Amino acid sequence: MESGIFHTTYESDMALRRTPLMRLRLILVIAAALIFPFLANGYQLTLANQIGITAIGAIGLNILTGFTGQISLGQGAFMAVGAYSSGLLAARLGMPWWLTLPFSCIITAVVGAIFGIPSLRLKGLYLAIATLAAQQIIEWLITHWTVLTGGVEALVVPTPTLFGIRMNDDFNFYWIMLLLLSATTLFAVNLFRTKIGRAFIAIRDQDIAAEVMGVNTFQYKLLAFATSSFFVGLSGALVAQYRNIVNYERFTIETSILYLAVIIIGGLGSVSGSIYGSVFMVLLPAILTNLGRALGGVIPGMSRLIPFIQQGVFGITIILFLIFEPEGLAKIWRDIKDYFRLWPFSY
Amino acid sequence: MEKFLQLTLTGLTNGAIFSLVALGFVLIYKASDVINFAQGDFLLVGAYITFAFVGQMGLPWTVGVFLTMVLAVLLGLLVERFVLRPLIGEPIISVIMVTIGLSSMLRAFVSSIWGTTGQPFPPFIPNFNVNIGTAVIPADRIIAIILAAILLIIFTLFFRYSREGIAMRATADDQQAALSMGISVKKIFALAWSIAAVTAALAGVLVANIIGVSGVVAGIGLRVFPVVILGGLDSIPGAILGGIVIGLLEAYTGGYLGSGLSQVVPFIVLILILMVKPYGLFGEVRIERV
Repeated sequence: MESGIFHTTYESDMALRRTPLMRLRLILVIAAALIFPFLANGYQLTLANQIGITAIGAIGLNILTGFTGQISLGQGAFMAVGAYSSGLLAARLGMPWWLTLPFSCIITAVVGAIFGIPSLRLKGLYLAIATLAAQQIIEWLITHWTVLTGGVEALVVPTPTLFGIRMNDDFNFYWIMLLLLSATTLFAVNLFRTKIGRAFIAIRDQDIAAEVMGVNTFQYKLLAFATSSFFVGLSGALVAQYRNIVNYERFTIETSILYLAVIIIGGLGSVSGSIYGSVFMVLLPAILTNLGRALGGVIPGMSRLIPFIQQGVFGITIILFLIFEPEGLAKIWRDIKDYFRLWPFSY
Repeated sequence: MEKFLQLTLTGLTNGAIFSLVALGFVLIYKASDVINFAQGDFLLVGAYITFAFVGQMGLPWTVGVFLTMVLAVLLGLLVERFVLRPLIGEPIISVIMVTIGLSSMLRAFVSSIWGTTGQPFPPFIPNFNVNIGTAVIPADRIIAIILAAILLIIFTLFFRYSREGIAMRATADDQQAALSMGISVKKIFALAWSIAAVTAALAGVLVANIIGVSGVVAGIGLRVFPVVILGGLDSIPGAILGGIVIGLLEAYTGGYLGSGLSQVVPFIVLILILMVKPYGLFGEVRIERV
């Protein structure tokens, strides 16, 4: 039970972690992340890597949709741009894998900014449909520009190595993922403490009022599209390097919807929420699959139904979260913390 | 010239089906400001229910289609009551995502019962061709055109003269003002969703009759976005005209520039329209105030 937080210096007031308990939790999380790969088996590491890649993409989307309020249904296509640029730079130009990452991020940022231009005149529903068009156009380009991308054939990416060590096995990749996820999280958390981040939030809350107060809305919207796409591209490039193979089927409209679901379930406008949402949405189908397999002996025809159950549960989870907890897992976690912080006088 | 005539007719008839699907979109948007990403899945459900009644149980098609329409009304009412009503007043992204979640659920429901492989639709719509000069139109397309025309007339009359239609327009214009005039906004929403569901089910039957019953039927839901944007999201004449224009556009690009392009050109047009006329050809321009 605490009566309040009293800071005596500006440094302690402005720090990201402001109480000893927060710092303790952070240390525990870091320790867990460092110990985890030594205890986990291959399957768990694969899931962890998937969560990490999803979280980077979700933080990217959250910058655009959760913080700036621009709904994007083009996430899948932007990830495809990142994945294909990384894959093509490595496969066709023989660029080392670590050098393709920044390049593919920048390429995706530029593409994202271009498809952000309609946001000059559009917002809300109409912008969502414009980004849907972006998704369709980019998907079409990838499947039909055969000379560059190989069309519907999968693009094989050379195995990423560092000092002769293969980097995309589950254990080694985990460290790359962890490093990049930490960097992304740190950047995103700090972004919303700067002028640019505050401008994004102002645009989300009331764009006309923001413009009146001197925020150049169009410029900041484009910047939001570019920043968001930068991380989305990184996530796509990591998919390419991790899987060794790029296929357009991984980046369809379904992917865009999945990522929107991640940030809604995690919490719109919350960086940590993006991570919670990724954990939830990666583990949910995995758990359902295992449950279905376990029940396969009991209920006949269960294994045939697994994909439909996954799809149905996916839909119903989104609906239930929107109806009962629109602010997502981040809010639930906050409520739990508040409950214990103020216990037993929680009114 | 012959090719041109054939393409024009194909475009017009496909356009009629697009218009039919777009009508459902516009109706829901007009009444409740919701864009229904599950519209394609309403088509899918309608097609499969008719398939079950007529193809699997062997009921006469009149009964089958009638029962489908009854079930569609029920589906519309259920969706409105349990999914959309809790979200009244929530931000746009919640409303979009809830219809996407609904779409996922409906699709899982359909494919867990009927599987994912496509099946032929029971042929109850008379199958003959009408020749106009050298061009050929299959009968099912003519039915689509006639149905679209009938629905257009009914909807126009409904919105202009009927009590409920006027109430629906009032609700679309200003929910609070409508409420204070004694209009039950809840009833209006329920009405809009059930009409839209019936329209979608009928369109689903027509589409399935052409391409068979499979998950592909739901894909038409996405292809209709350029149509409603072109016409304006809240305009019924816009939906009809938009359907025809996009139908023709797809037919011409498919016929002259290669079939791959016909999928993407409508979306390029969509972006261009949005840039020039964000509210479409006939959509109501809304002025925003802080």
